[in-house]
Amino acid sequence: MADLLPEHPDFLWRNPEPKSSYDVVIIGGGGHGLATAYYLAKNHGITNVAVLERGWLAGGNMARNTTIIRSNYLWDESAAIYEHSLKQWEVLPEELDYDFLFSQRGVLNLAHTLQDVRDSVRRCEANRLNGVDAEWLDPDQVKEVCPIINTGDNIRYPVMGATYQPRAGIAKHDHVAWAFARKADELGVDLIQDCEVTGIVKDGNRVTGVRTSRGTIAAGKVALCAAGHSSVLAEMAGFDLPIQSHPLQALVSELHQPVHPTVVMSNHVHVYVSQAHKGELVMGAGVDSYNGYGQRGGFHVIEEQMAAAVELFPIFARAHLLRTWGGIVDVTPDASPVVSKTPIDQLYVNCGWGTGGFKGTPGAGWTMAHTIAHDEPHEYNAPFALERFSTGALIDEHGAAAVAH
Amino acid sequence: MILISCPNCGSRDETEFHYGGQAHVPYPEDPNTLSDEEWGRYLFYRENTKGIFAERWVHSSGCRKWFNVLRDTVTYRIAAVYRTGEPRPTLDGDPQ
Repeated sequence: MADLLPEHPDFLWRNPEPKSSYDVVIIGGGGHGLATAYYLAKNHGITNVAVLERGWLAGGNMARNTTIIRSNYLWDESAAIYEHSLKQWEVLPEELDYDFLFSQRGVLNLAHTLQDVRDSVRRCEANRLNGVDAEWLDPDQVKEVCPIINTGDNIRYPVMGATYQPRAGIAKHDHVAWAFARKADELGVDLIQDCEVTGIVKDGNRVTGVRTSRGTIAAGKVALCAAGHSSVLAEMAGFDLPIQSHPLQALVSELHQPVHPTVVMSNHVHVYVSQAHKGELVMGAGVDSYNGYGQRGGFHVIEEQMAAAVELFPIFARAHLLRTWGGIVDVTPDASPVVSKTPIDQLYVNCGWGTGGFKGTPGAGWTMAHTIAHDEPHEYNAPFALERFSTGALIDEHGAAAVAH
Repeated sequence: MILISCPNCGSRDETEFHYGGQAHVPYPEDPNTLSDEEWGRYLFYRENTKGIFAERWVHSSGCRKWFNVLRDTVTYRIAAVYRTGEPRPTLDGDPQ
């Protein structure tokens, strides 16, 4: 029997008219923008804050991701911010007083080649040195964790083992957004939907407000949390970002009895799949190769993904595809995010989470709020500043990012 | 799946091609004179246009030649295809 979704009240937040001025204006009412607002209020006592959303709350990538949460990244800098994020996931349901079905069912990252095996074992060791739970499983152990995987050698790329992070899992994405939204609203944050930012107002090199479809709003500080549209906002503000926006697609099957107990990801044949609480199989594809802002991609990308999924999981062969969709992901050259000050005073940017932003929601919000409040980065996001693209101190996570870029 | 008109082979499926990102990005004339910031910009910064974008494609499963495309990154519709080395064509509605 699939778990029942929690009941929720009709209205979780006010829908206030925008005031003429705020201490902080956050552009983008997705998970990251809402988490930033929440932590600004909770950790720093800054509550004269507006979150501006051009559509409806959490209707962009927050509504379109595959809800995977994990922290098994390779480098120390990544382990720090993603593990901090995972630790927040573990306390947030109680802290936000909202059961958003965070389920720590573990994640398997499969290896299909000798090089995969070497990279994966290395990543496990690196994870453990950083206090991230990780173990290397051989094919028989993989089969124990997830009995429906074909671990035989009758497929093109047999499973040679997997890394396993037991504390990883999934959560109900829109409930996560609503949980942050309700708490931020209670703390005094104005959540303003249907309010598109059309310009950034500056006085010299200092940001002083934003022009919007609902009038000009003055702001002491402005934070960009717009994922796929970050470059468009940065251009309005007069600076550039090392970001390319791509379509990323995902899909669900019709509902099934629980058959898939964990989360499985494979870089090599390119599948990532879990089974949501309601029972649908949730799968993500790779990015479409070209730049795109269209929130849709090519069907051949879906086709390739499903072929790989059926080979790995023969039981899926008769599952029907119910729905596919696309979001716009903001990809950086090193597959690591940018949580940073900008060349404009009092203007901050959180972007570049690419194909893996959902898991980073609390970590992004936590560090972004700190950066805004102190005009200085938190120790966890200092390495993720824009400066790394001129110093060369990149944090290359293409191996752990798991989605083909 | 978008259809792309290769200047050499004609109209083919997108899956025959590979993407090359922004077109008209010249290699710096003298890289040794660049500052770290300038070199970083050359390496890591590309335009991320919402709208008509000049980009490179290579017909990997055909003539294996690179060429340029003007494509709308919102509708994905291709507005023009032109050979490498040719200037970016002017479209109706471009600012004069």
